[in-house]
Amino acid sequence: MVFENLSARLQETFRKLRGKGKLSEKDVTDALREVRLALLEADVNFRVVKDFVAKVKERAVGQEVAASLTPGQQVVKIVHEELAALMGQKESKLAAVPNPPGVIMLVGLQGSGKTTSCAKLGAQLKKNGRRPLLVAADIYRPAAVKQLQVLGGQLDLPVFSLEGARPPEIARQAVAEALRLGRDAVLIDTAGRLHIDHELMDELKEIKSVVRPHEILLVVDAMTGQDAVNVAEGFHSDLNLTGLILTKLDSDTRGGAALSIRAVTGIPIKFAGVGEKTDQLETFHPDRMASRILGMGDVLSLIEKAETQFDLENSKKLAAKLRSAEFTLEDFLEQMKQVRQMGPLDQLMSMLPGIPQKQLKGIKIDPKELDRAEAIINSMTFKERRNPQIIDGSRKRRVASGSGTTVQDVNKLLSSFEQSRKMMKQLGDFTKGGGKGKGGNKFPFPI
Amino acid sequence: MSGGMFARLVDGLEKTRHSLVEQVRNITLRSKKLDEDFFEELEETLILADVGVEATEMLVKKLRTEIHNNRVSEPDQVMAMFKKMLTEILSNHAADAASVVNAAAVADSDFPAAWMVVGVNGVGKTTTIGKLAALHAKAGKKVLLGAGDTFRAAAIDQLDIWAQRAGCEIVKHQEGSDPAAVAFDTIQAAKARKSDLVLLDTAGRLHTKVNLMEELRKVHRVVTREAVGFRTEVLLVLDATTGQNAIEQAKIFKEAVAVSGVALTKLDGTAKGGVIIAIAGILGIPIKYIGVGERPEDLREFHYGEFIEALFA
Ligand SMILES: Nc1nc2c(ncn2[C@@H]2O[C@H](COP(=O)(O)OP(=O)(O)OP(=O)(O)O)[C@@H](O)[C@H]2O)c(=O)[nH]1
Ligand SMILES: [Mg+2]
Repeated sequence: MVFENLSARLQETFRKLRGKGKLSEKDVTDALREVRLALLEADVNFRVVKDFVAKVKERAVGQEVAASLTPGQQVVKIVHEELAALMGQKESKLAAVPNPPGVIMLVGLQGSGKTTSCAKLGAQLKKNGRRPLLVAADIYRPAAVKQLQVLGGQLDLPVFSLEGARPPEIARQAVAEALRLGRDAVLIDTAGRLHIDHELMDELKEIKSVVRPHEILLVVDAMTGQDAVNVAEGFHSDLNLTGLILTKLDSDTRGGAALSIRAVTGIPIKFAGVGEKTDQLETFHPDRMASRILGMGDVLSLIEKAETQFDLENSKKLAAKLRSAEFTLEDFLEQMKQVRQMGPLDQLMSMLPGIPQKQLKGIKIDPKELDRAEAIINSMTFKERRNPQIIDGSRKRRVASGSGTTVQDVNKLLSSFEQSRKMMKQLGDFTKGGGKGKGGNKFPFPI
Repeated sequence: MSGGMFARLVDGLEKTRHSLVEQVRNITLRSKKLDEDFFEELEETLILADVGVEATEMLVKKLRTEIHNNRVSEPDQVMAMFKKMLTEILSNHAADAASVVNAAAVADSDFPAAWMVVGVNGVGKTTTIGKLAALHAKAGKKVLLGAGDTFRAAAIDQLDIWAQRAGCEIVKHQEGSDPAAVAFDTIQAAKARKSDLVLLDTAGRLHTKVNLMEELRKVHRVVTREAVGFRTEVLLVLDATTGQNAIEQAKIFKEAVAVSGVALTKLDGTAKGGVIIAIAGILGIPIKYIGVGERPEDLREFHYGEFIEALFA
């Protein structure tokens, strides 16, 4: 898996960069070679990567290495800061509209998720007290109108459609209808099209000139490859986009397309789709995306830890965490990743000073269970991972659908985490006091 | 980003609109010698086509060796060499592809057949089924569609419209019903009606959703168990616009439901779909169809030779 490759490669590079002082040109070049590959594997556009790497290099060479960091970590820190800066720091909102109805047009390639996003946006606006009207202007794909009608029905939102009319006319009449019905937002779903299809792009321009939308949002699949920039530029140059919706972010893609589009067009990403259900639309957090593209788990923890292997230093830290019982789901996830990488839960435990080896017998880990657990934790917010007690019924449902599991699975994970934490706490006490272990023989970690 | 950098970026992007091979040819024509610049430009071209870092490194390394072994010194000779290499990679797996759905024809001995169509959301599964139905109905086959996407709103209606277009029959249940039951009924109906070709649609699902993949396994088990006497295939639909994630998709779907071939859609855009080189070359899944538009006739059988000829044209 790409993930492990990157992690291993970065570690390898960083092992070589041990000295202190100023970052030399060679330090930087070596580290950046790996960063470059990581970005390319994350589908960041080749030219964006090239310019980005050049910029980081310029900033990094000659920089003083912070006392607590190795040169490699220093480079990654700079990389991360620059990535975050490029993604934009702040969350972007929809434009405020002085005279309702506000008109929002959704455009994009076939299959990117426009219809679903249209319904999701409607659901979100409704939740915020607005009165949206959904407009079915995709007259080409079979049953696209029906799809929006079904979704509108589920959400109890009106859907405007007009048999036999062309999309610009549909849009025009929809806005009139919104005025008549007192709807304050008009969400126009358009047919998927290629940015090089002049005839269909002209149709979008026509819709735009007829209804003068306040927002034109490009809906982009987060799994898009190198072509993302061409697509975004195509739509942007014809329509002057105001924002982006990044869909299918609940997949395991690194999502380099987001960075590429942002770098080339400067258009802000306003929303992220994180599931198939209509409530699975989130405000987009650019800072989190920056870590995701680089491989969040590895790179950021690399900055925190000189070596990601569980060396003595780390096991001491973990032991301290155990003692203070602040072992969180993040640690849990981190451990699972380690388990996968080197299968060493027993090793890890054996590194904790003072644990009798016989307690570690009979530990079995089912990789499928690990998949499930990892998926579940990955679908939680950072806050939830740190404070699992806030995960109530509705959060559980969200996490379950985000990870493609059930609420029962989530419950199972949480209770086994709780069990683990107790066990860990006991082990922690054990390592501290050197007293008798209170934990049973059955190790609770396997979920 | 500075203005200069932006301008360079835009300039550079202009180039990617040309075909991969045209690019490579340009490089070979432009380059006076086979130096590092040449290889770097070649790498860049491949990566921009979504070939991916790993496959690109593999291709370029192989090319270097060939060049060295054959003592080639002229860039224009490299063209033929590159073409041969790509052919080799894609044709490694073409033998079994040919026997299944290749050649306008699935050979007559391949019928009756039951194909299950799988993939992530929005890649073009239903459309591909519609196109396949039209293609085979026109060739005189008795086609039966199974509306196995019981999840997405109006997915059943969408497939229904394609069935009408192709003039074939369809088995459908209510939205929200069990897809394995749809699969079961479709196969039973196919047996009773003596259908030549069953095309079973499935709901789009991300390969990372554990329970949805489990559901797909169940559907697959039903198909393989019930479709006795049918030649079963699992066709994975991939979107050419997708980047390196397509490799993960292919790996996980293959592992879950024994994918036997790939349909690569949306090649009518500017995306190159270079990721199929990795999928065919590294994962060994044969490419069977390509989608080049939204009309029924916009589905082509994938012939690696032809495909490469077209790339080089
Ligand atoms: N340009 C182009 N569009 C295509 C091609 N194949 C499919 N599409 C379009 O892509 C969109 C999505 O296709 P669907 O067939 O609905 O995709 P799906 O995989 O069944 O989608 P879900 O069932 O929602 O997961 C539709 O608008 C199709 O017309 C192709 O080869 N080229
Ligand atoms: Mg479908």
